[in-house]
Amino acid sequence: MTAWMIVKALIYILLAPLIGGMLSGLDRVVSARMQGRQGPPVFQPFYDVNKLLHKQTTVVNSIQVLFVTVYLIFTIFTGTLFFAGGDMLLVFFALSMSEVMLVLAAFSTNGPYSIMGAQRELLQMMCYEPMTLLVAIGFYYANGSFMVDDLIRTQVPAIVQIPGFFIGFVFILIIKLRKSPFDLSTSHHMHQEMVKGLTTDLSGSNLALVEIAEWYDVVLMLGIVGMFFITANPISRIWAIISCAVVFFLCTLIDNLFPRVKYKTMLIVTWSVILVFAGTNLLILNVLK
Amino acid sequence: MNISKSPWVLHYDGSSCNGCDIEVLATMTPLYDVERFGIINTGNPKHADVLLLTGGINAQTAPVVRQLYNMMPDPKVVVACGICACDGGIFKECYNILGGADKVVPVDVYVPGCAVRPEALIEGVVKAVGILEEKRKKLKESMKAGYCTVDYSKIAIHMTADDYDPSTQYDAVLTEEALRQQAEEKIKATAKPAPKPVNAAAPKAAMASAAPAAQPKAADNNVKGENG
Amino acid sequence: MAIPNVVNFLILFPFVLAALIFIQKEATPLRSIVIILGGFTIMIAAVYVAVNVLMSGDTSQYMYLTETHIPDKFVIAGEIFLMCLVCFLSIKYKKIYAILLSLVGTIPVLWMDLSGRVVEGNTHFRIDTFAAVMYLIVGIVGILICIYASGYMKDYHHHHTDVQDRSNYFLALMFVFLGAMFGLISSDNLGWIYFFWEITSVCSFLMIGYTRTQEAVDNSFRALWMNLLGGCGFAAGLMYCNIALGISNLSQVTDVNGTITVIVPVTLFAFAALTKSAQFPFSRWLLGAMVAPTPSSALLHSATMVKIGVYMLIRLSPVMEGTLTGVMITVIGGFTFFVASLLAITVSDGKKVLAYSTISNLGLITACAGTGTTEGVWAAVMLVLFHAVSKSLLFQTVGDIENCMHSRDIEDMHGLIIKLPRLAFIMIIGICGMFMAPFGMLVSKWAALKSFVDSGSVWLVLFLVFGSGSTLFYWAKWLGKICTVIHQSFELEDITPRSEMVSMLPLTTMIIVMCFAFPWMSAHMIQPILDEAFHTNIPDVIGGSDVIIMMIMVAMIFAIPIGSRFLSIGKNSKMTMSYVAGVNAGDDRHYIDSFGKERALYMSNWYMEDFFGEKKLLWPCIWISTVLVLVMLIVVVGGAI
Repeated sequence: MTAWMIVKALIYILLAPLIGGMLSGLDRVVSARMQGRQGPPVFQPFYDVNKLLHKQTTVVNSIQVLFVTVYLIFTIFTGTLFFAGGDMLLVFFALSMSEVMLVLAAFSTNGPYSIMGAQRELLQMMCYEPMTLLVAIGFYYANGSFMVDDLIRTQVPAIVQIPGFFIGFVFILIIKLRKSPFDLSTSHHMHQEMVKGLTTDLSGSNLALVEIAEWYDVVLMLGIVGMFFITANPISRIWAIISCAVVFFLCTLIDNLFPRVKYKTMLIVTWSVILVFAGTNLLILNVLK
Repeated sequence: MNISKSPWVLHYDGSSCNGCDIEVLATMTPLYDVERFGIINTGNPKHADVLLLTGGINAQTAPVVRQLYNMMPDPKVVVACGICACDGGIFKECYNILGGADKVVPVDVYVPGCAVRPEALIEGVVKAVGILEEKRKKLKESMKAGYCTVDYSKIAIHMTADDYDPSTQYDAVLTEEALRQQAEEKIKATAKPAPKPVNAAAPKAAMASAAPAAQPKAADNNVKGENG
Repeated sequence: MAIPNVVNFLILFPFVLAALIFIQKEATPLRSIVIILGGFTIMIAAVYVAVNVLMSGDTSQYMYLTETHIPDKFVIAGEIFLMCLVCFLSIKYKKIYAILLSLVGTIPVLWMDLSGRVVEGNTHFRIDTFAAVMYLIVGIVGILICIYASGYMKDYHHHHTDVQDRSNYFLALMFVFLGAMFGLISSDNLGWIYFFWEITSVCSFLMIGYTRTQEAVDNSFRALWMNLLGGCGFAAGLMYCNIALGISNLSQVTDVNGTITVIVPVTLFAFAALTKSAQFPFSRWLLGAMVAPTPSSALLHSATMVKIGVYMLIRLSPVMEGTLTGVMITVIGGFTFFVASLLAITVSDGKKVLAYSTISNLGLITACAGTGTTEGVWAAVMLVLFHAVSKSLLFQTVGDIENCMHSRDIEDMHGLIIKLPRLAFIMIIGICGMFMAPFGMLVSKWAALKSFVDSGSVWLVLFLVFGSGSTLFYWAKWLGKICTVIHQSFELEDITPRSEMVSMLPLTTMIIVMCFAFPWMSAHMIQPILDEAFHTNIPDVIGGSDVIIMMIMVAMIFAIPIGSRFLSIGKNSKMTMSYVAGVNAGDDRHYIDSFGKERALYMSNWYMEDFFGEKKLLWPCIWISTVLVLVMLIVVVGGAI
């Protein structure tokens, strides 16, 4: 662990919520424009979180707060690990652990909507967990290392070797960012059959913590998207940023285009996409090696 | 500045003819686009700052409104949308209508109209946000003074005068201890049918310890309920 | 004390102890004292041997017994006795097929023994690092289970008055089992291994049939025939080794520098190991074993029985690298891991979930061993260690919960953290140990993934990643059920006897300690195994900086809850009820319906039976895996002959 790693980690911890909040604000503005309306200001998510932090917090039980806190801390930890150049597999293991904490927070409330959201969130995790692990393996196949630090020093961008993984990952990104066809666990629009799912019984600062954790998460996810394009060449970073922007826009577009699907459809579709694209890619790589 | 930029609303239909509901929903459509002001229809009292009530309150919806109101974290405001929510409107004399929303929860903004116009509604919410800001300051002060909330009232399960029995009311604001106590009472009661007055004393005692500041206001609300 | 003497003691003393327990019919304090004293003596002896072996530089110690006449006679007599016992019980319960398998397995071996065709002059015992690690598992986890059983059986007969109290017989069997385990892991002579192998098969059969209900009898015979089939495979391998290849020792079979082509016996032994470790298509015996009292499940599924199978596979691992057998074993293991984890989603019986999870994890170990790479073996041994501890703890906890709540259904564990906080916390640690990030199982899974990628087994990588998705699902939903806080509910009476806590608390501590100790374990317990098996030194499987990060994570996991107690996080929060559309009746578990009446409200977990259900998935998977096993046997064995 060098000083530079710590600096990178600190930069992530400080900047990620800003970028994540801005992105989620942009998402709302772009969605609004797609629907032919003006939409909220870009800084709206910050206003929201600020408000939530100043509101009273109601809890259903005392351990709920604990779970949410652990969730936030581990999400930040995960991102820090990634941006400091840590082990990709460890990043994803830590990520699934932090998600489990959020699910437990919802389970602990014993509210019907929370528990329904929690169950669905678990199912979503089951859908995307294979892909996240496969992404790490894909990078390993392409560049022979699990360490992010080594991966960004390659000569050829990873996308050349693992395009299938990229497609699979963008696909599960829709789930991860809680976008429409797969926003089973927390509906992000208007009140719906499961209210707010996972976060129904969170309020005030607890909800704010969850929002902040999601900002960190968005930045981490886009960081992984960028990884597909980054090489030792500094110019590649611009490509990475452009690709992140395109992927993020794509997710917003899909969000506005599709209605929510049933859980079975989600499971079948995601697993087949992963198997077809990432699996085939993996097979081809294995044959070529 | 804190709250005025993101008032999240919760819409509940007391017993409206749906005219006002449609207008409320119309306000959320792209035409009026209230998201410009950061307004989101959350559908969840725990996330909401503003409670939009439409229609008069009847015996069945009264406890629900009370519960929703109690679940909202402070600071919070209530906007009565449409004339029925203001004072019962055309249904005022109906046998089952208790009256306007203010019979069960303290209303901060009355927006009349039959049905209420989206423009009026938006203005009402904007006014409500102003009140929200004031309430937030008060909350801050009361937090400094050591209370964690401004006021609480009990959740009524049955709101007509005949049905009204304080012992069957649940307190929204319970400490773990109070909950345990209440549950103990309940279990005792199911084990052997005890005389009622004994049961009635317990939740009151529990509540007194939980929120001393709440007592006068709660009583006030109960009286209103009985009058209706 | 010389190590060989202690090892002899370890093998023989459990049998003596079993006899002592057997003669005490009543559950007297004396019997408990005998079990506890005897058990701890065995544990101390096992730890003594293990520590000595691990600390000494010379890790592989072979022993040649000059006077093997008497032990050999014992072995032959024992084999005949086991055969007669199986025949007698098969006739009694009219399950004739078991006799056939028993005869097929035993008679040729007896013939070979008696006709003097056995290759003589080789060592009988081998005490090396791997044996030492296994001593630790059997000696600590196995003994703790036995101590747990002494208290548990009393409660069990308290609740199940319809079952005849034969707890002396049951407890005696458990010690016989442990003795056989010690014998098996110490032996190097294939004939002796076979003898101990058969003892464990028959013992497990007797334990599963303990209640003598029709279901128990059926399940016990299923376990018997599957294990005897495996025994036949072992016997065939043993005879091939002795007669065709002229070798009689396991260490000769697994010698990577050896000149003899050993693929046929290796395949046969691997086949036997598949049946023992309940891989598909032989997994059904393990599920059936759930009818037995909990200690036997804990013993069979965590520390001993199923571990023999994977023990054998790990021993064979070096010679399986790159062979068809290795590939098939890996595929069967990976397939089992994936399918069993899907099936675990669909069941709500706590013990059944544990059983499927056991099968699934054993699949992973099998797959790791089958790759034959150093990393694979590293991961496999780690998995064996962590699995033994976590799983035995979970079985014991489920057993206690069943004694307290009269149900072991996961749905009934709703709000366990309020009802039985002590057991719930133990269970949470156990479950976290099985799948959560910084805990042990995950470390091994990580290494497994690396070894699969390095060995280029694409299918395994896919099985593993999809399998981990479903593993996460079934554990997390169980964890959720336990963590649900239900108001207005009370602690149930925790009737867990102290003797059971004596067993559970050390196991819980071990899970936590092992999280911190795994780098040390890797260096001092697993590296030597790899050195012995592959004669190569391998670099650290998990790098230094990662270990530090893992340590930080583990520390965080424990620091945050403690910190939040002191830092008044959430102290200013107001308590409310959960949101039930505004009609919460006040306790989160009832709502007011449209008639003003209170109605119960309950959210059950997701089981998706119509999707992955046992009815849909189990048989096709058994057929697929049967085909895989047959292909392996026919191509490898048939091809060689």
